[in-house]
Amino acid sequence: MSFARLISRIEGPQTLGRGPAFWGGFAVVLAAAYGYPLLADGYTVGNTAYFLTWTFMALGLCLIWGYGGVLSFGQTAFFGMAGYGYGVLTLNFGEAYGFTLLALVLAVAAAALLAVVLGYFLFFGRISGVFLGIVTLSVTLVFERFMAQTAGPEWRIGAARLNGFNGMSGMPPLTVPWFGGDIVLFPDVALYYVLLTLLLVVYLALRILVNSRFGNVLVAIRENPERAEMLGYDIRRYQLGAFVIGAALAGLSGVLYTSWGQYITPSSMGITAAALPIIWVAVGGRSDLTATLVGTLAILALFQALTIHGSQYALVVMGALLVVTVLAAPEGIVTALLKLPGRFGRRSAVRAITEAEG
Amino acid sequence: MPILETRGLNKHFGGLHVTADVNLAIPAGEIHCLIGPNGAGKSTLFRLILGEHQPSSGQVLYDGEDITRLKSFERIRRGMSVKFQVPGIFKALSVRQNLEIALQHHLDHGSLRQEIDELLGFLSLRDAAGQLAGNLSHGQKQWLEIGMAVALKPKLLLLDEPTAGMSPDETHATGEMVKELRRGGVTVLAVEHDMDFVRQVADRVTVLHMGRVFAQGTIGEIVADERVAAIYLGEVHA
Repeated sequence: MSFARLISRIEGPQTLGRGPAFWGGFAVVLAAAYGYPLLADGYTVGNTAYFLTWTFMALGLCLIWGYGGVLSFGQTAFFGMAGYGYGVLTLNFGEAYGFTLLALVLAVAAAALLAVVLGYFLFFGRISGVFLGIVTLSVTLVFERFMAQTAGPEWRIGAARLNGFNGMSGMPPLTVPWFGGDIVLFPDVALYYVLLTLLLVVYLALRILVNSRFGNVLVAIRENPERAEMLGYDIRRYQLGAFVIGAALAGLSGVLYTSWGQYITPSSMGITAAALPIIWVAVGGRSDLTATLVGTLAILALFQALTIHGSQYALVVMGALLVVTVLAAPEGIVTALLKLPGRFGRRSAVRAITEAEG
Repeated sequence: MPILETRGLNKHFGGLHVTADVNLAIPAGEIHCLIGPNGAGKSTLFRLILGEHQPSSGQVLYDGEDITRLKSFERIRRGMSVKFQVPGIFKALSVRQNLEIALQHHLDHGSLRQEIDELLGFLSLRDAAGQLAGNLSHGQKQWLEIGMAVALKPKLLLLDEPTAGMSPDETHATGEMVKELRRGGVTVLAVEHDMDFVRQVADRVTVLHMGRVFAQGTIGEIVADERVAAIYLGEVHA
């Protein structure tokens, strides 16, 4: 497929935003996002970078669940696997010569490999529906329990102590080797720009993916797996493919989170952590990448604001938000908002026709 | 050589013997109808041929090759295609996209668009191309799925009650389309209850009863067979 054809897939039936209006708005938002550090202080920008670290996991879940119809309740297993992987690697080998970037790649690859093995048994074993959620949730909870009991000094990988429930800390942030001195990506403006650019690339690449032939088959499997198979598609491979990409993105979030705060704990794989991505994606709108992205950032900001007043209450609000969404806007709040102009347009078109006839 | 053959096909569900020693041979280019009262094992036989179930014993041969162990999608890729009884379409996707998914396998971008437009015309669905498939009328859904099944350019087309829920006119039109497909070289195996449809299209008819092949012949022979009338057609005259 030619490059131009590939780019043309950036718009298509599987993504809501299209046309000059959408891309105009997109350019404005993007310009604002790139200009934002000029107006805010380093701490606030670093905090915004924290929000961005989570978005990759959300987009991955959107791909698996919203497009593929597979509810994975255990994306945090891949998140934690990659986060711990990054910690173990960098605590052993340090940050010189850009090793942190290699560690990022290796940790994400480890998460993807875990997804290949797990996904093989799930999809080639024809497990479907709610059982996928149960199995993936169990995996993440097993990881959490396991890591929580690694407090003793015998639990170490080389120089890296796993540290049980307190988690690992002290690993270096991502470090880019540069002429005249490494650039260390502390939670500040530089990290923000790196994450924003990474997010832009991932978002656009996923848009192309879901509107490609692969994406076509993925939504076909979501709608009617039997029919999809009876059109000659090996649906197990497509589901596995989406699952691995989604897991790699969760792993990417795990590495970015770990390097952002220079720590990772078992609770990042616990049931609360596992439930939150589902709330972001469901409330935003799981069957659209843009809705998921906007929804995730909005809920993360809301969640942090609420946490200042009391973290347990914040979780209750998150639960309530999910219930309200399921009852009032099952396709997601952002998706519902995105579809509003179309609905108004149609209504005014109907009015114009009735007036013309009347 | 028959394009499709089953040899001593058996399927047990627990103690239930749903398919019993079925030997069936469909020559290439034939329109073959499978009839029988409810519970005769027609759908199970279909699923065995499609590979959705594994037989307890026996073989399925396609084009002279044993395909008993092949997965469904592998059988489809060899030139089978199926239209299900309940319209198997992708409801939340547009009509055009439904056809695109069926066609994209074996066509590049330019000819894909052209082929979709042709199919939309053939199915009388051009005006509904942008609609969600779930919003079509029942008859249109049936046609859309037939279109998707035909889009694969199959050598063997399996139809499970293709005219269920259709008006007599639609049923007749579907029958003519099936005959048209056969002229193009497609072999058709259809499960059907509508005897008018069977009369219209069938070269030969197989009657299933209690999982076994009960009778086989032309529609004239089957209608004349009193034993068949007793188990099946008898219901019509009762």
